[in-house]
Amino acid sequence: MSGMKNGAGADFGAAVSANSGEQRDYVTMSIGDQMFGIPVLTVQDVLGPQNIARVPLAPPEVAGSLNLRGRIVTAIDVRPRLGLPTREGGKAAMSVVVEHDGELYSLLVDSVGEVLSLNSRDYQRNPPTLNQRLREFSDGIYRLNGSLLVVLNVGSLLDFGTRSDVA
Amino acid sequence: MDDLLSEFLTETNENLAVLDVELVKLEQNPNDIDLLSNIFRLVHTVKGTCGFLGLPRLESVAHAGENVLGKVRDGELEVTAQAVTLILACLDRIRSIMGDLEASGTEPQGDDSELIKSLNAFADGGKVAAPVAAAAPAPAPAAPAAAEVKSGASIYEQIGGMGTIDAVVEVMFNRIMGDLRLKAVFEGDSIDHVQGYMRDHLAQMCGGPATTAPHPIAGRAMSDVQFDALCGHLQAALNTLEVPQQIAAMIMGMVYALREEATGSAPAVVEAAPAPVEAKPVKAAPAKKETADADTKESAIANQSIRVNVELLENLMTMVSELVLTRNQVLQILRKHKDSEFAAPLQRLNHVTSELQEGVMKTRMQPIGNAWAKLPRIIRDLSHELKKKIDLVMIGQETELDRQVLEMIKDPLTHMVRNSADHAIEVPEERRRAGKQETGKITLNAYHEGGHIIIEVVDDGKGLALDKIKAKILQNNLATEGELESMSDQQIQQYIFKAGFSTAAKVTSVSGRGVGMDVVRTNIEKIGGTIELRSVEGKGTTFSIKIPLTLAIVSALVVECAGERFAIPQISVVELVRASPTGELKVERINDTPILRLRNKLLPLVSLREKLRLEAETERSSDDTFIVVTQVGTYQFGIMVDRVFDTEEIVVKPVAPILRHIEVFSGNTILGDGSVIMILDPNGIAAASGQISMGDADAAEKQALRSRAHGDEAVPLLLFRAGQGAPKAVPLALVARLEEIERNSIEHSNDRLVVQYRGQLMPLVPLEGYPDVSNKEGRQPVLVFSDREHSMGLMVDEIVDIVEAKLNVDLAAETPGRIGSAIIAGQATDIIDTGFFLSQAFADWFGSRREDSVGAKSRRLLMVDDSAFFRNLLAPQLSAAGFSVTAVDSGDKAMELAEAGEEFDLIISDIEMPGMDGFAFCEAIKKSGHWQQTPIIALSSHASPKELAKGREAGFDDYVAKYDREGLVHILNEALSEVRGAA
Repeated sequence: MSGMKNGAGADFGAAVSANSGEQRDYVTMSIGDQMFGIPVLTVQDVLGPQNIARVPLAPPEVAGSLNLRGRIVTAIDVRPRLGLPTREGGKAAMSVVVEHDGELYSLLVDSVGEVLSLNSRDYQRNPPTLNQRLREFSDGIYRLNGSLLVVLNVGSLLDFGTRSDVA
Repeated sequence: MDDLLSEFLTETNENLAVLDVELVKLEQNPNDIDLLSNIFRLVHTVKGTCGFLGLPRLESVAHAGENVLGKVRDGELEVTAQAVTLILACLDRIRSIMGDLEASGTEPQGDDSELIKSLNAFADGGKVAAPVAAAAPAPAPAAPAAAEVKSGASIYEQIGGMGTIDAVVEVMFNRIMGDLRLKAVFEGDSIDHVQGYMRDHLAQMCGGPATTAPHPIAGRAMSDVQFDALCGHLQAALNTLEVPQQIAAMIMGMVYALREEATGSAPAVVEAAPAPVEAKPVKAAPAKKETADADTKESAIANQSIRVNVELLENLMTMVSELVLTRNQVLQILRKHKDSEFAAPLQRLNHVTSELQEGVMKTRMQPIGNAWAKLPRIIRDLSHELKKKIDLVMIGQETELDRQVLEMIKDPLTHMVRNSADHAIEVPEERRRAGKQETGKITLNAYHEGGHIIIEVVDDGKGLALDKIKAKILQNNLATEGELESMSDQQIQQYIFKAGFSTAAKVTSVSGRGVGMDVVRTNIEKIGGTIELRSVEGKGTTFSIKIPLTLAIVSALVVECAGERFAIPQISVVELVRASPTGELKVERINDTPILRLRNKLLPLVSLREKLRLEAETERSSDDTFIVVTQVGTYQFGIMVDRVFDTEEIVVKPVAPILRHIEVFSGNTILGDGSVIMILDPNGIAAASGQISMGDADAAEKQALRSRAHGDEAVPLLLFRAGQGAPKAVPLALVARLEEIERNSIEHSNDRLVVQYRGQLMPLVPLEGYPDVSNKEGRQPVLVFSDREHSMGLMVDEIVDIVEAKLNVDLAAETPGRIGSAIIAGQATDIIDTGFFLSQAFADWFGSRREDSVGAKSRRLLMVDDSAFFRNLLAPQLSAAGFSVTAVDSGDKAMELAEAGEEFDLIISDIEMPGMDGFAFCEAIKKSGHWQQTPIIALSSHASPKELAKGREAGFDDYVAKYDREGLVHILNEALSEVRGAA
């Protein structure tokens, strides 16, 4: 039924089946006014403001390293990664820890919200007008009540090797 | 029990377990070469170890098995079920001998000739000789039963081979152990042994590998009730393992047929098996004698050591780190509450945590001596066996290695030492004949070097025989004769690392089957290491293994710069120096290049702050600078930091992939207080700062050796700017010091600029068109050239860089004071003729010695050097010193002059030249012709003692370094006066 109603089954991302209207859980986070989400199962930890050691000469997206229970986690600031202006001074960032290729990364965002269970009916692929940089890292968008949630692709977010605009 | 033996047992048992699996895999993929090689190596290892431990029975069985595998590997035999069966039988025999060995500590009595015979027969003909059945005859009634079910695949294969049978027997015996009815039946026997026998016999009954193990139930005088109970347990076990009903029924049928043997009281084994199996009763005897304590003994050995997954250790380590952090936090809190009742227990917690941390760390690190412990014994036994005299010297046993790494290199090292003893060291007579000491020496040397562990295995034996290696290469079709022609000796030697390569003429029990060096290499490369080989025929061989330290714990110096902390591996730190603007030691800057005068040497400095682009958030509280004097290879430089903390043991962790391109870091680590810091890589810093050897003769020599390409040697050059036009350059070796002088201290004297320098007046020479700066403020950079008591300063604008570049002077200069132009660092650069400025500064620079030298007319000098730069550099200087110089660019050209009848008083010649080199040239002129008496002096930019000796041999009268202008003039004059004196 949901598929019918949508009438745009073909537009669904591969990850989400068109007809089922199935529920998926996302950890929500926000940067500025924009909401982002990543699948809950990819998240290892959510941390409050951490002591992050700067890494000199590192690319601008790398905020530094932090110690998570004896493992060294590389902190990636999502703002510069998405081409957004840097966080206003003094505001501490929250960390969402994810694993990628056996390495732990901490994604620094402005704040982390609740876990939302979202229905694929509300899912839509990236609108073509979406910011190029954002489109590169986004899997699609959920329409929520009053706001939109951009699903971040953790893989491409942490894949620094293939990005074209890396200096 | 002997440590060696128990280790052998643990190891071999593991190997056997692997082999069982691998062989079955091999049967499925007969063409898998890797698998085959692996199996072969394992069997080889078993055999080799047996030989050292004096286990002849095991050794002979393994040797026979290895023979078959060797043929299979070489493609002479095919992998058939038969072959695999035979090998498995061989393994089972090894296992059963080992069982007894473990129980009693000695090899059991027994005869394996049948098994060996059939193995050998198979190796020779590819067929299983008839006796194989006889070698392991099944109890008579079982055989026909087994034959009956042979329709297509045997039961053995249908139920999944030894794995299933093993499991069935395991389940069965678990039940038997709990059955009081059967308690008396197996009393006095080791249950484990009986279980093994049961398994082997069951397997044989089902058409699996033949066995010669004693029959587990025959002759036990069981009652019918007991036998039925036993069968009941087997049936239950078959059901548990879900063996198909039909097959289970067949197996049960066969077992039921054994009722008579089992219930009979006579030793049915011998009766039932009339075939020649004398081994059985003999072998069975010790097994039966074993009492219950044999079990406890076995398990005791097994308990001495356990193998733990490294990942588990890694996790443990992580947990402990976290515990330490928590402990630190708690202690922090405690400090605020002085009189807390928690104080005592927390103190205790503190100690326990520290010990725990230490313990866990220790589990990972082991001194390399542990891997060497076996070697003295091996060498001792070997020298006896081979009738050689061998000394084993071990250096650096305490060098610590990560245990995982240690495990990986243990076997390769043993192999290599064994090889050295077996192949390299000659027998005493041979050594005496070769003029060596009778006792050969094998040296093991381990040490840390730049984040790596180097292990050297050095012997003074006969070295690698190139012709033998070549022959073997051709024989094995590894390369064609033509290809060999074009290879260097070094390249040819590398072939010993190929699989199946052994130059030993004889296959001994020690080595020589061509497993060895390839295994060594594979194992070392597996852990990211490299192995290098240097060998001189007749002199000896050196293997050097380089293993990275990625997992290892290193001692590091923690420093701070701009509020950030960094670790510098202690191993590359030479000394720490504190410099302050007011103190004796201070950091001086020549424009932006920081430099430290340290014990009369100029130490190039790298500012960590600038290098890492660190912006301090707070101003530095002190003006003092700490300088970490660091050594990379032979190059020393100083790293400027703000503070120096303690040294700390750190665990090197690799950096995240995204940061791996930053070459100044070699890793990161977590400090005791939980903070993450980066580990600096001195190699990377040296490379990133683009600095190369400076003022270090040793390093200069190395650099020169590295770039020995003829005619275009790279030379360290000091780049600077002065006046207008292109940047200028001067060979660094000609510069004595770099100085900065206060401009207002420059004085005029006699129309020349001078400055008081080290208690003397030093003339300053400006480059032409250089403005008069003597009245200006600020500091003036100066290049100081020194000669005996004289120094002169060349005034420049700024020192740009020190680069290493090939000097090809493209354009000869018209301006005095320039040798010409060359392209350096991608820019046209003027090469300064220092000779010109020297003579400007001191009219008597060369003239001062003119009086004490011979008349100018006769000072005809021939200079042979392929480098245009040196001809251009030296010729004017020598002319200035009063010689009439003829310069040619090759030995051949010089010879032409000789033939043309030219006369010279003196010849100076370069050593490295294309075509005829200096040595050949010298030999040629000393041999004949009218130049025989002419003194000839070797000129080289780098000279090792060896080269000097070679030079003297060739006939050179003296040697002088290219840059040593002063020495050159001196030597030339000396040589000339001698000639005069003699004349």
